[in-house]
Amino acid sequence: MIIIALMGFMAVIGIAMARIRNLFAVVMLGGIFSLLGAAVYVILDAVDVGFTEAAVGAGISTVLLLGTLALTTSEEKVTPESRSLLSIVAVIVTGAVLVYGTLDMPRYGDPMAPINHHVVPRYIETSGDEVGLPNVVTSVLASYRGYDTLGETFVIFTAAVGVLAILGRSRRQPKRKRVKARKG
Amino acid sequence: MSHLVILRIVSKFLIPFIFLFALYVQWHGDFGPGGGFQAGVIFSSGFILYALIFGVSLTRQAAPAWLTRAALAIGVLLYSGVGVAGMVMGGNFLSYSVLADEPTHGQHLGILLVELGVGITVAAAMITIFLTFAGKDR
Repeated sequence: MIIIALMGFMAVIGIAMARIRNLFAVVMLGGIFSLLGAAVYVILDAVDVGFTEAAVGAGISTVLLLGTLALTTSEEKVTPESRSLLSIVAVIVTGAVLVYGTLDMPRYGDPMAPINHHVVPRYIETSGDEVGLPNVVTSVLASYRGYDTLGETFVIFTAAVGVLAILGRSRRQPKRKRVKARKG
Repeated sequence: MSHLVILRIVSKFLIPFIFLFALYVQWHGDFGPGGGFQAGVIFSSGFILYALIFGVSLTRQAAPAWLTRAALAIGVLLYSGVGVAGMVMGGNFLSYSVLADEPTHGQHLGILLVELGVGITVAAAMITIFLTFAGKDR
């Protein structure tokens, strides 16, 4: 019941984000969308994912987008409306395919679902002896799947290096321009 | 925004608790939800809050560019270093069981260090990205 209400809110926010032209409001709605998503994850018992979604989706990315708005502009440039039939058909077909794809997915919490077989029973049964941590998520993340987490860390590292390479060279700008910009 | 008294006082009061909570999430990730990634993000949000209110140049005094850039690499190196240490001590890359006398102790130590590496890199990356964006003049 709660989850349906949350999903309904998320759908409403999604439509609102598509229609509103003020980008500041869009960024704020994006933060609310992420927070609702985090609540949904918590209801689905994925506390770690919900935590990450709340911290990264609702927190950091909102702030970063606001920083981008401060550098650019907070009003969307409206392009002349063109309601082409092709785009509507593409959206509807893609949506229908996605819904069709979920039809034969196992029900949430189904013990026979593939995700609850394979390696998961082994993690749950033996990680207490092998790794000895109460939180199985941490055992999987840092130990069993240590390679993946190392890769993710390198992704974060690369993102920061990329930003530094593109934006982190402000010292080379001519001095006159910077003074002017600060006064203005 | 440093002329807004309420914002200034409340944020100064909150920032230590944000750091404390980040450290709690960092070290408590073995027992409850959380871990290096979330802790790094929360830790950086303390700096970002400070930068939003007191400005980028004051924040750069607390987190100078050389420090955040070095921390960016230190975290990744710490993570990889734990992996290499496993190899040196006779296991595979990133196998923590060989790090201590008992396998579970090795796992504990390895996970702790690896999560610390993740936390350092994530915090440094978020601070770097935000300060680079915010410190850019139009």
